[in-house]
Amino acid sequence: MINKTPKIELNGLRKKFNEKVVLESVGLKVMPGESMVIIGGSGSGKSVMLKCILGLIHPDSGSIKIDGTEMVNISNKDRKSILNKFGMLFQGAALFDSLPVWENVAFGLLAQRTYERDEAKEIAIEKLRRVGLSPDVGILNPSELSGGMQKRVGLARAIATNPDIIFFDEPTTGLDPIMSDVINELIVECVKDVGATAVTITHDMSSVRKIADTVAMIYQGNIIWTGPRDLIDNSGNDFIDQFVNGKASGPIKMEILKG
Amino acid sequence: MNFLAVFGRIIISFLRAAGRVGVFATKTITHMLTPPYYPRELIRQMINIGYYSLPVVGLTTLFTGAALAVNIYEGSSRFNAESTLPTIVVIGMVRELGPTLCGLIVAGRVSASMAAELGTMRVTEQIDALQTLSTEPFKFLIAPRILATVIMMPLMLVVVADTIGVMGGYLLATTKLGFNSANYMRSTIDFLETIDVIASLTKATVFGFFISLMGCYHGFNARGGAQGVGIATTNAVVSACIMILVSNYVVTEMFFSS
Repeated sequence: MINKTPKIELNGLRKKFNEKVVLESVGLKVMPGESMVIIGGSGSGKSVMLKCILGLIHPDSGSIKIDGTEMVNISNKDRKSILNKFGMLFQGAALFDSLPVWENVAFGLLAQRTYERDEAKEIAIEKLRRVGLSPDVGILNPSELSGGMQKRVGLARAIATNPDIIFFDEPTTGLDPIMSDVINELIVECVKDVGATAVTITHDMSSVRKIADTVAMIYQGNIIWTGPRDLIDNSGNDFIDQFVNGKASGPIKMEILKG
Repeated sequence: MNFLAVFGRIIISFLRAAGRVGVFATKTITHMLTPPYYPRELIRQMINIGYYSLPVVGLTTLFTGAALAVNIYEGSSRFNAESTLPTIVVIGMVRELGPTLCGLIVAGRVSASMAAELGTMRVTEQIDALQTLSTEPFKFLIAPRILATVIMMPLMLVVVADTIGVMGGYLLATTKLGFNSANYMRSTIDFLETIDVIASLTKATVFGFFISLMGCYHGFNARGGAQGVGIATTNAVVSACIMILVSNYVVTEMFFSS
């Protein structure tokens, strides 16, 4: 029987900071095994939405369900057990400066206290290999790595615990086009390897075309379009057309302060 | 009317900040008492805070002890009371200068470093990353730092500061001021009371708590980029120093007020 419960389900999600409404009423469904890419301009609320799902930001109202379990106002203990299902690659990789690379990758395994340090180290080295890094890299500090290598280590950390759901926050920002493509390919392969549901937020259209099964667009705190990747060039939606083609003119008005 | 409004706003803002720090401290203590614990992180912080602060603490108190001896000698010689020098040096160092100077130096070194490190972790999303890796930042980052400072301040740093400060006075008095070494040591030991040592260690514990609390609080709540981290670091050092000076008076009153 096919499981019809969405892996992630958002309904009427609202969040404002002081008077600025960042998420107005976000509704979204991500099915198990799906790779959903959320596109939208800078400041459109993509990262805030992701952080609300992860429980890093508390929404003002609305519902967030993971595997049908309500996450808003959940107890810390229950939240922790659900957080074990997540992996996340942060925009700047967010590697811990004070720990060597292997310990960064093994951090989630050690935090769950199900592995000894030696076992966790072995898994970390294996995950580093999976993202194309040699075991020697494991003993380096994150500051000794290039931007592309840091992203790979971040990816290895995100998949280390074989999570059910992986979030990618602008995974190719700050990388050259070739390295961006390498990271995109790794994301596709790694997500398939661990059989995870993936949610990626980006404004890089090459990432969208490579990673996405489904695309959603967020604008002014609302999801304004959702559809399969193949439809983004013929969506019939002016907002999507403007964003995909990167045009200054169109219905999307950028907030630019003029002096 | 305007003056009253401004005054009221300052009071409210002060109380709000005090409340936030109080909640932060309570949360930290709660997490400190409940598992999981991170002994590896605690030991790392103890080495960083205790061992690496020793040179600067030792150097400062050595020269302060010597300077104190010169000043007391000059002052007491006016009344032919030079023999009181060892007593005043030991009481001055142990009760007051040892813990206070050590506290202020550690505030500059440790509180700033904690605020800068945690602030950078905050603005580079490392603290968010910790949470997504099922790790409570209060347990992994804050509790070990505060516990390590509260342990190392009395058990290592202030003991060393007091001892080296007294030795600074001793070295100067015996090499430059013509004091007899054995007599100096006897006077020092005779006049030092248990209550002086207890007061010194109590101050060290209280200072250690405030130093680490201010560093962690301001760093953890840093916002923005490099500027936010800079502001957090400055606020951490300034507030830690103020807390040290205020609590120094309170603890002194508790122990020695007649």
